[in-house]
Amino acid sequence: MAKEIYSRYPMVKYLRKEALPTALCPGCGGGTVLNAFANAVDQLRIDPKDLVVVSGIGCSAWIASPYFLADTLHTTHGRAIAFATGVKVGLPDKKVVVISGDGDLASIGGNHLIHAARRNIDITVILVNNMIYGMTGGQVAPTTPFGAKTTTTPYRNIEHPLQISETVAAAGASYVARWTTAHVYQLIESIKKALQVKGFSLVEVVSQCPVQFGRRNRMKEPAEMLRWFLKNSVPISKAKKMSPEELEDKFVIGEFVNRERPEFVSELNKLIDEVQEHFGLKGEDDGV
Amino acid sequence: MIIRGDEPEQIRLIKKLYKPGNYFMQGNEAVAYGAIFAGCRFYAGYPITPSSEIAETMARELPKLGGYYLQMEDEIGSIAAMVGASWTGLKVMTATAGPGFSLMQENLGYAVMTETPLVLVDVQRSGPSTGQATKGAQGDFFQARWGTHGDHPIIALSPTSGQDAFWEIIRAFNIAERLRTPVVMLFDGVLAHTRELVKIPDVEEVEITYRKLPQNEEEARLPFGDPHGDGVPPMPLFGHGYFTHVTGSTHKENGLRDVYTPEVHDRLVRRLHRKIEQNRHVYEKYEEYFTDDAEILVVSWGVTARPALGAVLKAREEGIKAGLFVPKTVHPFPGERMRALGKKVRAVLVPEMNLGQMILEVQRYVNDDVLLKGVNKIGGVPLTVNEILREIRGVA
Repeated sequence: MAKEIYSRYPMVKYLRKEALPTALCPGCGGGTVLNAFANAVDQLRIDPKDLVVVSGIGCSAWIASPYFLADTLHTTHGRAIAFATGVKVGLPDKKVVVISGDGDLASIGGNHLIHAARRNIDITVILVNNMIYGMTGGQVAPTTPFGAKTTTTPYRNIEHPLQISETVAAAGASYVARWTTAHVYQLIESIKKALQVKGFSLVEVVSQCPVQFGRRNRMKEPAEMLRWFLKNSVPISKAKKMSPEELEDKFVIGEFVNRERPEFVSELNKLIDEVQEHFGLKGEDDGV
Repeated sequence: MIIRGDEPEQIRLIKKLYKPGNYFMQGNEAVAYGAIFAGCRFYAGYPITPSSEIAETMARELPKLGGYYLQMEDEIGSIAAMVGASWTGLKVMTATAGPGFSLMQENLGYAVMTETPLVLVDVQRSGPSTGQATKGAQGDFFQARWGTHGDHPIIALSPTSGQDAFWEIIRAFNIAERLRTPVVMLFDGVLAHTRELVKIPDVEEVEITYRKLPQNEEEARLPFGDPHGDGVPPMPLFGHGYFTHVTGSTHKENGLRDVYTPEVHDRLVRRLHRKIEQNRHVYEKYEEYFTDDAEILVVSWGVTARPALGAVLKAREEGIKAGLFVPKTVHPFPGERMRALGKKVRAVLVPEMNLGQMILEVQRYVNDDVLLKGVNKIGGVPLTVNEILREIRGVA
């Protein structure tokens, strides 16, 4: 069985074999995200030795650590981006990628998310938004749709979901895109762009959790959730002409931002150069 | 930076920037300069009184040395960034005070579990909560020891002056690197803001320790093993193609998570404890004054050790046989020495700027027939020589 999998799927070469099979539930969108990320890395011919992947806590955090075969840092709840900030400063020539969930990165970790975008540090964040706390048993998340049922909103959710991509774009990121797991090829293209952008990049992936979200909201089968995504996805160009009421339960997809702004780590190193120049600290040993 | 091998360049820079000699500086500045001499080239922090001058000094000095100062969005992010940077090979530090220290506790535990070298300076201030934000105290003795959750060892140092802080922070880095573990330095608001004489040495007089790196592929594949029997695994740094997996979850020697097997957790956590216990010689440190013939022993730490010494000297002038014991590494507590001293005296006084914390550690090592008494003062003002002397006379 294992041998068959390894020979049939070329992307398996990017996985940590001793950690397989994955702990993800059947039908989880996490596999799609892992596959898309591996394909993006493969198509860009990035050597996994030049990658450091950081994640937080929860199902989506497992997508990359331990499964992706690179240096991987599996951190505390919500703090992945802050850990990644230290990694990027120490290794400015490596690609530093954060893969984690909406509960991790946008709820407890929301502060680090917006400040990393503001700082515009060259980190790629793949945020898997399944609209629920999956690993802890299906409790309401800040991304849970208004009116949805969860284990902690058994009657209905009375809070409005956080629009992650819009928030991060407004905070100053260089690149922001949102797709769903039903838009795999667009997703791969966006991850490729995000990996190449110099600056903070976010790819939000709206993903299905049939076990914790779907089954309580009349979408028990993974395919039903994917059909829901397709039916309710609105391209960003079209969304611009729609009212907030019309967009209330829609998934706006596409590229939100793609721009150049001074990047944090290169600015930091530029500053160091300037300071060393100013104090005459550069160059040859001057006999002191 | 230094650990990456450009040490001669760093020595040249330090020699050029910091001439040896006597300086008049705050305790906080002494901490910052000590850290720079120790090779710290990454500081991530969040400003908080009374620690802020450490951040300010690092922000000013680090770029000159090619080092990085990051002001993070909060304390949690600060220690998180330090862990990330440490895995790239940088020597890292942060400084904070009580409330910020509380916020850092979860990731301090993460650093213990993932064996990440880092130095965390807690400039203690008066609490609980916001308390007297600008005043000194010694109330975080047990926060350093038990602030994070789970069974974990911790090393904490506590200097007694600006000059002492300069050398103790270097020692903190050396211990962190040698044992691949976080080290806490319990400083306090009084020493932090006191300006006094600090002698800056020639950089070549400073002994620097580096973390152990894997010598071959096999060692690199076991980032949490114990190939040398000292409990300290070599640290395969990120970016070297080792594909290291680091997790705060219970992990096997190869780094992969296994939270289901009781033996794996038992083996890992016991080794973390054993690593600290069996390397006591690396970090245990205390000072003693007149303990040879003492009948009354004063045990004190940090800022309070200074008026305590003054009181002991005055008591001696009065013919009272008083002595002083100052743990410099306060966790793990130098219990063996304390027990030996406790057997020779009839009274033990423990002055502290709190309502009784280190006294509980002392209590574990003295017999019931010894009179044990705390000398406690809170409110943000340090104990005076006379306040402690009065207590010594009281038991004389």
